[in-house]
Amino acid sequence: MPRTIVDKVWDEHLVERGEPGPDVLGIDLHLVHEVTSPQAFEGLRQRGLAVRRPDQTLATVDHSIPTSDRSLPILDDLAAAQVRRLEANCAEFGIPIHGLGSPRQGIVHVIGPELGLTQPGMTIVCGDSHTSTHGALGALAFGIGSTEVEHVLATQCLLQRRPRTFEVRIEGRLRAGVTAKDVILALLSRIGIGGGTGHVFEYTGSLIRSLGVEQRMTICNMSIEGGARAGMVAPDDTTFEYLAGRPHAPAGADWDEAVRRWRGLATDEGAVHDRSISLDVSNLGPMVTYGTNPGMGLEITGRVPEPDRLTEPAQRDAMRAALGYMDLQPGEPLLGHRIDVVFVGSCTNSRLSDLREAAHMIRGRNVAPGVRMLVVPGSSEVKRLAEAEGLDGVFRAAGAEWREAGCSMCIAMNGDELAPGQYAVSTSNRNFEGRQGRGGRTFLASPLTAVAAAVSGRLSDPRALLP
Amino acid sequence: MRTPIVRVESRAVVIERDDIDTDQIIPARFLKGVDRTGLGQALFADWRRNPDGSLRDELPLNRPEAAGCEILVTGRNFGCGSSREHAVWALAEAGFRVVVAASFGDIFRANALKNGLLPVEVSAEQLVELHRLLDDDPARPLTVDLLAGTLTAPGWDVVPFSIDAFSRRMLLEGTDELGHLLALEPAIKAYEARHPAPVTTTRPLGDRAGVS
Repeated sequence: MPRTIVDKVWDEHLVERGEPGPDVLGIDLHLVHEVTSPQAFEGLRQRGLAVRRPDQTLATVDHSIPTSDRSLPILDDLAAAQVRRLEANCAEFGIPIHGLGSPRQGIVHVIGPELGLTQPGMTIVCGDSHTSTHGALGALAFGIGSTEVEHVLATQCLLQRRPRTFEVRIEGRLRAGVTAKDVILALLSRIGIGGGTGHVFEYTGSLIRSLGVEQRMTICNMSIEGGARAGMVAPDDTTFEYLAGRPHAPAGADWDEAVRRWRGLATDEGAVHDRSISLDVSNLGPMVTYGTNPGMGLEITGRVPEPDRLTEPAQRDAMRAALGYMDLQPGEPLLGHRIDVVFVGSCTNSRLSDLREAAHMIRGRNVAPGVRMLVVPGSSEVKRLAEAEGLDGVFRAAGAEWREAGCSMCIAMNGDELAPGQYAVSTSNRNFEGRQGRGGRTFLASPLTAVAAAVSGRLSDPRALLP
Repeated sequence: MRTPIVRVESRAVVIERDDIDTDQIIPARFLKGVDRTGLGQALFADWRRNPDGSLRDELPLNRPEAAGCEILVTGRNFGCGSSREHAVWALAEAGFRVVVAASFGDIFRANALKNGLLPVEVSAEQLVELHRLLDDDPARPLTVDLLAGTLTAPGWDVVPFSIDAFSRRMLLEGTDELGHLLALEPAIKAYEARHPAPVTTTRPLGDRAGVS
């Protein structure tokens, strides 16, 4: 019987089929960070349990750490204690950690692929909803809660129901100035924030095939913003090229054998997804969100929608509340709206290709007076590579802050945050109320649109800045 | 072992809104602790309080009648967004044992079931009726019967809700899944023997080639 890529990975990792209960699923890689793990380690201690597979577990610090000078102590006592607790837990349970001083420290979803730990066909979990990012390499990767973190630490297994599958077919070619971020924001504006609940997305189609792995990561990353716990792209030559030579990727004869295996993961001809949607993005323009969830987006040349035109009362109320929070008027054009802060970073858009794109556009230009721009590399390795090609100098010359790696203003736990009422253009993934600081207002957009806003101080079309 | 849920009879607190994300349930700045406790007071922190710290009286959750309520009635797609289990811990510590919604975020639902917080999913139409009913009489008590799988209120239908048999058993018995998983040791061993780990170590290795 023909199977989808989701079914193939699932079947391969079945420890025990649960009839009628949930299946027991084996986990290949468990990524751990400081915020969602301390309660899980405490649970192990209370039961006197060990970590079953420290060799398949990796920790790093990313969420609550400062992105300022790393030679200084962490000023926030709570964050400092959380980081120390993770270090102590890793020492006690024998888990490798890329701590603050490690050249490989970074956002969990940036370092997994970067190290070659994320590989096609694997099951990957982390106490973080953006674990969906790793699906760009053909892994089944999803976020879990802290109790499930404890389960995986103790048994390397999870009780899970087989998800339904949802094919997202994306065809066409992107026009200049339009990026993978615009594609995923366009999808979310179509299906809404709950459109994929209960499903795993499989992204297919000519557009997806034409994208590099880092662009595919941007798309898979925001699967959770559509309600899907995971998003996957079947591995192909682009994937293998990305992986070859990475520290933890197979080598020699193992590599050839692995590639042979990985080629068999693609969804079989004739396999049926539970749902599907098709998008042609050939005419898509740069996208931006106007509301307080990532499904409230439109092309930047558009106007703020009018809630009164919505027929469903709940949706109308939700949009009214969103526009109230954002202080936007129905019918108002988005272009030209003033902004205060620009954030380039997060597990959505902080990899080397994102920084290159942004640097290329800002080179020779300046951040507008009164605007603060932060550029936060996704990992210490991305930072090193970016500096090796002089990108830090480009950003600094333009007047932007070049910072240390971490989640930073995406989640605003570490002091990098908006003041009440401020508007940000952010390359991150969530524009929920207060997400980037209490009372702060977020326009989600691509790195190119972020740069265009930074240099003009207003929401601007990045296509006007193309050579 | 936690308190089993069999039947909950309580007045409800209503937050009539769709797509309530976990950043609203508990904002990220409250996630810097290392325990599961102390989170109840931060529940819906930014909705409950003005920037100066004073309570917003207009929020149902802040009214005196909300004290002791064990049931939260909300909209569609409750608990979407971040995987933070802190959202569930905060709700539970604030005294909630049931959330009624038209749908739930996948991760939130899984987290809730592991903490003795029962997610009750009803149809969008039934939820509209329930909101109308509670609008008319906010003091009307709701009864959630997990054994029967029903939600009822005086003057309303008996509305069945579905929950998978495994989760239902865990909630009824107050047991947790880890005990169940640990008992599967022989099956896990057999799986590990037939499924060698693709990555044999996560310890730092030297780069074999320049990575760009």
